[in-house]
Amino acid sequence: MNINLTLFAQAITFAVLIWFTAKFIWPPLLGAIEKRQKEIADGLAAGERGRSELEQAAKRSAETIDEAKLRASDIISQAEKRATEIVEAAKEAAKTEGDRIIAGAKAEIDQEVNRAKEGLRQQVSALAVAGAEKILRKEIDAKAHADMLNTIANEL
Amino acid sequence: MATEHELTPSGYISHHLSNNAVSVGDGAFWTLHVDTLGMSLILGVIVFGLLWLVSRGVTSGVPGKRQAFVELLFGFIDGQVKSIFHGERHKFIAPLALTVFMWVFMMNAMDFLPIDVMAWIYKHVFGLEYWRSVPTSDINATFALALSVWLLMIFFAINVKGLGGWIHELFCSPFGSNPLVWIPNFLFNVIEYVSKPLSHSLRLFGNMYAGEVIFLLLGMWAATGLVGTFFGAFLGIGWAIFHILIVTLQAFIFMTLTVVYLSMAHESH
Repeated sequence: MNINLTLFAQAITFAVLIWFTAKFIWPPLLGAIEKRQKEIADGLAAGERGRSELEQAAKRSAETIDEAKLRASDIISQAEKRATEIVEAAKEAAKTEGDRIIAGAKAEIDQEVNRAKEGLRQQVSALAVAGAEKILRKEIDAKAHADMLNTIANEL
Repeated sequence: MATEHELTPSGYISHHLSNNAVSVGDGAFWTLHVDTLGMSLILGVIVFGLLWLVSRGVTSGVPGKRQAFVELLFGFIDGQVKSIFHGERHKFIAPLALTVFMWVFMMNAMDFLPIDVMAWIYKHVFGLEYWRSVPTSDINATFALALSVWLLMIFFAINVKGLGGWIHELFCSPFGSNPLVWIPNFLFNVIEYVSKPLSHSLRLFGNMYAGEVIFLLLGMWAATGLVGTFFGAFLGIGWAIFHILIVTLQAFIFMTLTVVYLSMAHESH
């Protein structure tokens, strides 16, 4: 119960222990705990950022899908219009072609008729000449009367 | 239990409350209490050695169980210091608080060692007639701590306010700077500076000393026979359980007051 030198020896021990704790025990513990706190805070922030990015991506993809739908319907309506145009054009072309074929056929028929007429005319004139020859065998010279016969044939 | 060489109650108690004193010079002052110094040194080496081992292998990743326990202690001390001291605490004040708390707690906890069993071991295993287990029940140990804190308090007061500021505060607070109240101010401050280390050290010393004396008084029931021995043991269990609270609480109070005093030294009035 009396104050003696123990007091000073104890105080020196105390000082050494304070120095030891402040130098070797407290700083590593503080460093590790603060590092972990920072890592946890960073992780939470990263999670939050990821969630907002995911939300944005979902919004963007919805927008893209809407746009694609719009374009698809545009393309379909254009295609329908084009198909109608093609059908119309084909109808037109077919009609023209038909008309052309009909006209060709008509021309050919006319040509055939004319050719038949010509042939008939030739044959009629030959027949007339032959008939006349038979009737007027002596007096009629085929060559002399050819002009006249041709004129008759043309008149037929 | 009370089978010491002197079977008188006063002899039993005074034997247990005698320090192992070694004289190193002339006069009563030049004496060392080897038991106080030895026990506190051994406890300091064990406690701070273990803390050092854990803090050396500390990881910022997933902590192990030992590290988790040390971090729990760290968080408790850091939280206490943070709520009292507003400033850069990690450099000195918080490590100081950890040192004070753990060291005082362990020195107090030596009170749980059964006093007569330990006395028998000290005597028959180590050959020590006088050896007290609890360093904090020696006024030298608690006064050494309180006086160190007191010196730190004055150091920080001068460090923060400057020597002139500190002297100015001695004469001009708490009543003001009127020359008429310089002397009362100074007297007040002297009383404050004297009472702080005294109350700081005597509170811890008184609690631990009284706790030890009560264990000894309960131990004396053994002198009344077999029934008394069991009755004394029963009361001893009760006091030991209550002592768990006292040991922890006194360590906590000592640490808190240390931080409060140093925090006050940082503040200007």
